[in-house]
Amino acid sequence: MSNAPVDKGRRRFLTVATSVVGAAGAVGVAVPFIASWNPSARAKNAGAPVEVNIGKAEPGQLIRVEWRGQPVWVVRRTPEMLASLEGLADQLRDPNSEQPQQPEYAENLYRSRKKEYFVAVGICTHLGCSPQYLQNDFAEQVEGVDAGFFCPCHGSRFDIAGRVFEGVPAPYNLVVPPHYYINENTILVGKDGEQA
Amino acid sequence: MSKLIAWIDERIPMTKTWNIHLAQYPAPKNFNFWYLFGVLAMLVLVNQILTGIWLTMNYVPSADGAFASVEYIMRDVDYGWLLRYMHSTGASAFFVVVYLHMLRGMMYGSYQKPRELLWVFGMLIFLVLMAEAFMGYLLPWGQMSYWGAQVIISLFGAIPVIGDDLTLWIRGDYVISGATLNRFFALHVIALPLVLVILVFLHIVALHEVGSNNPEGINIKKPKGSIPEEEKPKFKFHERFTKKYDIVDAFPFFPYYVVKDLVGIGIFLFFFCYVIFFAPAMGGLFLEPPNFEPANPLKTPDHIAPVWYFTPFYAILRAVPEKLLGVILMFGSIAALFVLPWLDRAKVRSIRYRSGFHKVNLAIFVVSFVALGYLGLKPATEVYTFFARVFTFLYFAFFVLLFFYSKNENTKPVPERITK
Repeated sequence: MSNAPVDKGRRRFLTVATSVVGAAGAVGVAVPFIASWNPSARAKNAGAPVEVNIGKAEPGQLIRVEWRGQPVWVVRRTPEMLASLEGLADQLRDPNSEQPQQPEYAENLYRSRKKEYFVAVGICTHLGCSPQYLQNDFAEQVEGVDAGFFCPCHGSRFDIAGRVFEGVPAPYNLVVPPHYYINENTILVGKDGEQA
Repeated sequence: MSKLIAWIDERIPMTKTWNIHLAQYPAPKNFNFWYLFGVLAMLVLVNQILTGIWLTMNYVPSADGAFASVEYIMRDVDYGWLLRYMHSTGASAFFVVVYLHMLRGMMYGSYQKPRELLWVFGMLIFLVLMAEAFMGYLLPWGQMSYWGAQVIISLFGAIPVIGDDLTLWIRGDYVISGATLNRFFALHVIALPLVLVILVFLHIVALHEVGSNNPEGINIKKPKGSIPEEEKPKFKFHERFTKKYDIVDAFPFFPYYVVKDLVGIGIFLFFFCYVIFFAPAMGGLFLEPPNFEPANPLKTPDHIAPVWYFTPFYAILRAVPEKLLGVILMFGSIAALFVLPWLDRAKVRSIRYRSGFHKVNLAIFVVSFVALGYLGLKPATEVYTFFARVFTFLYFAFFVLLFFYSKNENTKPVPERITK
């Protein structure tokens, strides 16, 4: 052992330098562990668009398809349902669809490309349950409105255009996915097309 | 034999550890019924680890195979049904004993100085236990597994800015999928049990450093030399404890409390086995009916509720008509328990010597907790939501009131010694 006096400055520098290098190494090692939790390439590729045949939909019927593992609804709305959308504005959180929950072409009263068909991701914006479609019994939830969506998990309510009512836990309207009409009887969910 | 023990003792402190922690560990002589739940929690932990290891031998952690493999365990594996019911009943039993263990701590002030860290380690155990139970519940891949996980993971989506990316990162997919199932399996069988065992070890290390509290909340360590020889217990305690203090009113943990605990374990096993053999689903409380259906990502069951041990917190979440605030209050209800040692500023530990106000406050807290647990199982109707709000308020009121009145509380005088 050397008896030379301790160079405190040098010792301090070496301690700090070693700590910094060690910490940088630890961060570097953490990267693959954390990043490996991201969706894998396979999961990312699984989001292909799906076609929905609406040719046989009855008025009032809800068709449920799977897109990116999520339920997507296509509802053929009756004229009474469409009429019910007017005059609800003061009971809704976002009656004019100002939040970015829909593509541009669905920023209208009906939140759809064609009035008659409502396309939405059937996942509650609160905590991700799939709401129930109450075709005739919605008045139990909101007086004077016959049809809408009711989430059984935490009691959130949406009108037949997926607009959320006030006083429920869900903060936003239901999401309208990108979609377009390939032809009169077929909707493609998952892509913004040209024709309306 | 004694030669062998001497040989080992020269190489590892076997006898010393046995003496310090068992044969010469001073435990207050007045432990009651409430002091069984710590050892019962250890017993259930061992049960969970053993049955869990055996279940992994036949379980298939994949979205395609999980549900079928659980049915296979139930129907085709010899005694598979028993191992699974021991595990599923054990999960509920774990929470029963842990909740009672925590209530014991609250009644007798076992979180107060110098046992704050002991309490915090206990709360960490509780937190990890909740994560462990939640992830384990996804594994059977039934309807309730799936939608329960969907709701709980979505909670993190309420965090501003990073919420959506965080949920995506936790799930490893755009929805709950096989990727989520596999990582939960890894965490449930390896990561969290390892953390749990380490935390239990630290909990006991902390306990044996400060010594056990007791129903009177009276310190059994007295200043060295203050107790006349004839009043000291006629047991040999390890010098680690007697070097600095005179120990009074205590027994060695082994064999006295070990024997007492064995009686408690016998009674506990009676109830435990009754549930395993005659009511493994406990009327839908321990195993929920929708979970006998395989997961279906397109359809939420009409009525979803978490397993009973999460329902108090779930009811708090549901009581708030605003997403982020609901999540904050739910986590806040657990965080409040974490800081209990610093909220309670009283100098008196046991409820026996505290003010009537405190007794009422604690009673209301317990009632609120149970009531929230009941409400969390029920659908979110207007009446139930109203009551959930009332009890959420009372739950938090306990902590707020405690902080204010405990500083100058009107307590009764605490005796010098545990009565003989």
